Order: sequence, then structure tokens, then C-alpha cells
Amino acid sequence: MINKGGKVLLEVKNLKAEVDGVEILKGVDLTVRAGEVHAIMGVNGSGKSTFSKVLAGHPDYTVTGGTATFEGKELFSLAAEERARAGLFLAFQYPVEIPGVSNSALLRLAYNTLQNERGLEELDPLEFEDLVHEKIKVVEMDPSFLDRSVNEGFSGGEKKRNEILQMAILEPKLAILDETDSGLDIDALRIVANGVNSLLTADNAVVMVTHYQRLLNYIVPDYVHVMDAGRIVRTGGKELALELEARGYDWVRAAA
Amino acid sequence: MSSAIQNLVNQPYKHGFVTDIETETVPKGLSEDVIRLISKKKNEPEWLLDFRLSAYRHWLTMEEPAWASVSYPKIDFQDIIYFAQPKPKKQLASMDEVDPELKRTFEKLGVPLHEQKIMAGVAVDVIFDSVSVTTTYKAKLAEVGIIFCSFSEAVHQHPELVKQYLGSVVPSGDNFYAALNSAVFTDGSFCFIPKGTKCPMDLSTYFRINTEGSGQFERTLIIAEEGASVCYLEGCTAPQFDTNQLHAAVVELVALDNADIKYSTVQNWYAGDENGKGGIFNFVTKRGLCKGINSKISWTQVETGSAITWKYPSCVLLGDNSIGEFYSVALTNHLQQADTGSKMIHIGKNTRSRIISKGISTGRSSNSYRGLVKIGSRATGARNYSQCDSMLIGDNCGANTFPTIDVQNVTAQVEHEASTSKIGEDQMFFFAQRGIGSEEAVSMIINGFCKDVFVHLPMEFAVEATKLLGLKLEGSVG
Ligand SMILES: Nc1ncnc2c1ncn2[C@@H]1O[C@H](COP(=O)(O)OP(=O)(O)O)[C@@H](O)[C@H]1O
Ligand SMILES: [Mg+2]
Repeated sequence: MINKGGKVLLEVKNLKAEVDGVEILKGVDLTVRAGEVHAIMGVNGSGKSTFSKVLAGHPDYTVTGGTATFEGKELFSLAAEERARAGLFLAFQYPVEIPGVSNSALLRLAYNTLQNERGLEELDPLEFEDLVHEKIKVVEMDPSFLDRSVNEGFSGGEKKRNEILQMAILEPKLAILDETDSGLDIDALRIVANGVNSLLTADNAVVMVTHYQRLLNYIVPDYVHVMDAGRIVRTGGKELALELEARGYDWVRAAA
Repeated sequence: MSSAIQNLVNQPYKHGFVTDIETETVPKGLSEDVIRLISKKKNEPEWLLDFRLSAYRHWLTMEEPAWASVSYPKIDFQDIIYFAQPKPKKQLASMDEVDPELKRTFEKLGVPLHEQKIMAGVAVDVIFDSVSVTTTYKAKLAEVGIIFCSFSEAVHQHPELVKQYLGSVVPSGDNFYAALNSAVFTDGSFCFIPKGTKCPMDLSTYFRINTEGSGQFERTLIIAEEGASVCYLEGCTAPQFDTNQLHAAVVELVALDNADIKYSTVQNWYAGDENGKGGIFNFVTKRGLCKGINSKISWTQVETGSAITWKYPSCVLLGDNSIGEFYSVALTNHLQQADTGSKMIHIGKNTRSRIISKGISTGRSSNSYRGLVKIGSRATGARNYSQCDSMLIGDNCGANTFPTIDVQNVTAQVEHEASTSKIGEDQMFFFAQRGIGSEEAVSMIINGFCKDVFVHLPMEFAVEATKLLGLKLEGSVG
């Protein structure tokens, strides 16, 4: 394992969370530094999406124990929108449709909100159009998608690409991609992976949630974590993903 | 729903204060004597009393309609005050004569009564309880032959016009509430645009119910002669009482050859509290008659208040090539019930109509679209397009659409589209995750959903409507 040694972006310690009184996360530890790529793998229902949503501040989940800091700030003392503005981005496993709100209007509002937060100039619609047409190339999307309502009538793959377009516009410090690879055919997978790779710098980091190894052929992780029953039960390098692919999850779970 | 959402949703109603002003009322209850008393107080001509009495006698034989998707306790029509007016009763010539307390009320409500409004180009008639208190810019309008005054004044100054058109679009026995209104209506606005005149400013009426236990039964009549055009705006609020109040208005529009009437409403009557206590019962009959060829009537409404809304602004397309339009946003929250929509009756050839209805429901409310498109046998080439979209915010509200289409001419084209979408926690979380706060998210969603309607509102109203909807919805999603 290589420690790229950037500054710590996210530090989660013994995180416990529940939904409707049922504990889902049972003590998760994770440290992510700038410049790193992490993968979280695990069987369905092991708590990967819950972990992502708890970090992003979804109201369904209650944090019952542990701590999380984002660039040294108490994450759980921030509202969901404040976490986003601080640079935490979640690409959703199931992106929602927003009827009546155009993709470009949403992107512009989100972008300008961030600009305000950073004390930078807002972009007017024309300036923003230039930016968005540049960024849309990252995901090889047709610009006609900008005028459509957010995700409305998009195919599964188009929705996933749209998430990455949002990431490209917002340039988060930490992006959590929740199964961005599921539902993508091999071409789309390559496009999305190239897009994500092109956005990676020494100052940001990506956490990919997936249960297939194939995405990791394109976006090579520094760390692979296995989540099971609400805990990270094993951490390794990229070879761990290959091992999981070959042997399944049972041996890790048994060992845990 | 999270508690943050709850807090946001339960924004107090801003217009719920009562003005402490001396009011003259007639005793509660309805009888021929009460009607005679109202007519006498208003010093009305005999023919108008006869109109009232015949409406009343008809009303006695009628049943309250039960077909709408609304439920409410039986209304005791003997427990309503049918006439309430601020004292003194004398006609006011200028704003300076208006009771200062009343003026303060309108200032609080943001009603534009001031001179600066001349710049804004809006002439305002204000109906407080049942009586018109002021009509601004009457003189200026009179220069171009436009009559814009209270209904009572029109009865005295222009009896021949009132007599000719009153009840010509909504006959006194048209329906239960229209009959009740015809019997007891107290005041309202009257507007007459003569041949070939484009009204140089928007005309506006502001309705306010103040007295507890009183009903409001106003009557509006707008006539646009050949080639005339007018844009008319209506706003309404009421104080916050625990008891329900009845509002049963009648609005009649008449457009002659090539005339054009645009009627916009932002309705914000008190809706009752979060447990459904109090609020206005809004049972209103609005109908326009496109009497002449190439005439056009367009209704735009933003309905946000009232405990119950029962309202179907309609167009009767009699003249060949005439056009009827209905653009509506109806929002219901808490236990509000709305059953609203439009009727387009195509009689003339090549008549066209368009219905765009947007229903937004949240809380435990219920919101129904009810529409009728009728193409008569003579209406060759008639066309209608209807679009009814519903948005549900949260899990405890409901939406229905009841479109009725009746086509008796094979050359007609009728199109109907409908959709339902849902805004829940996941949508709001998505916005938050992109850094967008709930207020902005709601306003973005609402503006997106309603834009096809808002573009038809005058600028001023569109801004107000957006704010109002945002306020009503704050925190209903999260
Ligand atoms: N909002 C919720 N309400 C009830 N149960 C939930 C909710 N979210 C997640 N869970 C439960 O938590 C467990 C973990 O789910 P999830 O985090 O989606 O797993 P993964 O993403 O690893 O497939 C599952 O048993 C799931 O049913
Ligand atoms: Mg998942």
C-alpha cells in the first residue's frame, strides 16, 4: 500500500448510524487523504449506500455514535447543503428526477451557490453556458440534455453520466460515487471512468462504492475496503478487489 | 417529514388580523325581508330587487351541489351575516376620506392605493366586507370612456348597462351558489370598456372579508365592446377566524367582436389552521362569454388560500373564431380541499380553447382538477388542448383529475394530457447535496412546475404568486 501522504480530507471514527431505530452502521472507520482513490466493496445490504448518505447528511438516518471530520471540521454539525458547499459530493446510486427544472438551471444555481460560498463571482447564463459546454465533454453527453428536466426520461446510464457532469461542474474535494458503474454498458463505463480520472488531482479524492471489480480496472484504487454488516472488515490494495472477484465475499466475512 | 420541514410549512398566515372599525351589519340570516333590507340600504331600483327576489325564490328550490370532491359540515345559511359595511356609509370621493384604520389595513396588506400607483399603471377598486371603499383613477379612465366603479355605483350611474348584462352570462338560477349570490350580492366591481378602446392600465380589485360571521357575495361584471381590450386583476385576503366564512362570488365577462379580456386572480383567502379549523369556503362562479367573432377571454388563477375552493372559470365560445383560455395553479396544504378547473363550451365555428392546470398538494390536502370540454354540433373546426399536471409533496396528500370531453362535431380536435409527479425527501436531499437550500429548491421546483401558467400573469402578480407559493410550501418538503 502506498500512502500518497496528502492532507487528511475525511476522517471517520467508529461511526454508528440507524434508520427507524435499526442500527445499520456498526462502527465504521475510514481515513481519506487528498490525492487518494478508495473503493468500498461489499455485498448488497452491507451498508455502503447508508454510509455514503450518512456522510452527506440524508435526513432518514440518525448518527448514534462516532465522529467524522471533513478537513478538520465536525461533519455532523453541518447541514447537508453546508457539507456540499464545503466540497463533499455524492453521486447517487439512484438519481432522482426533478420534473420542470432544467438540467442547466440546476447546474447553474448549484455552481453559483458555490461561487458565492467561495467568495467568487457568479456566472451569468451566457458565461455559464460556455463553462457547461466545456465540462459536458468530460462525460461525452449531448448538450441537448442540458435543456431537459433533471433526469426526467433519462436512461439509467444517462442519469449516471449526469451525476458525473454535476461533479465536473462543482469540482468537489471529495466525491463519493455510489455504484456509478451499475447499469452502465462497457462503453459508458469507459466514458464515465475517463471522466472521473480527468477530474482527479493531488488536492481531491474519490471514494467509489461498487461491488464489481470491473470499474476498478479503469479507475485504479489506492485502497480497497470491504464492508460487511455495517463495518469495514478488511482493507487492502487494489489486488484485494481481484481476490474478491475470484473468491467471492464469504471468506472475508468469515474471517471478520 | 422532518421537523425542519414542518417548521417551514407551518408559516403563519400574514393577513389574519382583524381591523377594528365600526361596522354596520344586518342581522344574521336570510329571508325576503333581509333581501329587501339590503336592497333598501343600497337604495336600489325596483328591477334589481325583483332580480334578487326571483333568484332567492329559485334558490329555495335548489340543492347544494354534492358532486365535487370536497367534504365539509353542512352550512347553516341562517347563521351568516349577509351584509356588513364599514361606517360611515357615505360614498368616498378620495382616499383622504377613507377611515385611517382602514387605510392602515390596506397598507398592511400591501394594497396599492397610493399615488405612486399611477406610475405602476394600476387602477384599484377595494371591496371591504361587502362594500366598495375606493376606486382610484376613475377620472383618468373616464377620459377615454372607460367605466370602472363599484357595482352599486354602476347600478345608479349606468343602470341600462347593468340591466342589459347582469345575469346574461351566469343566469340567476345557474347553480346553487350563483342563485344565492344573485339574491344577496352586496357589491363588487363594474367595468365597461367602450368600442375600440384599449384600457391604458391594468384594472385591479382587492377583496377583503373583515367581519366575523359575515359572508362575502360580490358581483363583478366586465364588458368589453367591439375591439376593446382590458387586463383585470383580482386579489383577496381575509382575517383568521376559527369559524368558516362563506364567499360566494359571481363574475361575468362579456367580450363582443374582436374584444379581448384577460382576468387574473391571486387568491389568498384564509385557509384555516393546520387542523382544518376555520378558513374561507370559496364557492365561486366565474364565466366569460365570447359573444362576438374573434373575441378572446383568458382566465389565469393562482389559488392558494381558502379551506375549500369550488371554482370553474369557464368560457362560452359563441362567436366564430373566438378563443378561451384557462391557466391555473392551485396549491393546497394542511387540510385544504380544492376542486377546481374549467369549462370550455364551443358553440361557434373554429373556436379554440386551451386549459393548463397545475395542482400542487402537500400536507393532508386534496386537490382535484375537474374540467369539461364541450364541442357543439355547429362548432366546425373547433380545437381544444388540455394539460393537467399534479405535483404531490409528501405522502399524505392526494390529487385527482376529472376531465369530461363531449364532442358533437366530427371535425373537432381535442387533446388531453395529464401527469403526476412527486416531490419528497429524496428530491430535497438531492438539492441539498448540490449545495442548494430548501427554500431555493422549493422555489425552483415550483417555478419550473408552474412556468406555463406564470408567464400569463402580469409581472407584478407573477412575482407575488411565486413568493406566496414559496411561503406556503416552505418546509413542506425536506
Ligand atoms: N431508509 C431506509 N429505511 C429502512 N432500511 C434501510 C434504509 N436505508 C437502508 N436500509 C437498510 O440498511 C441496510 C443497508 O442498506 P444499504 O446501505 O442500501 O446497502 P448497500 O448500499 O450496501 O447495498 C439494508 O438492510 C437496508 O434495507
Ligand atoms: Mg447501495
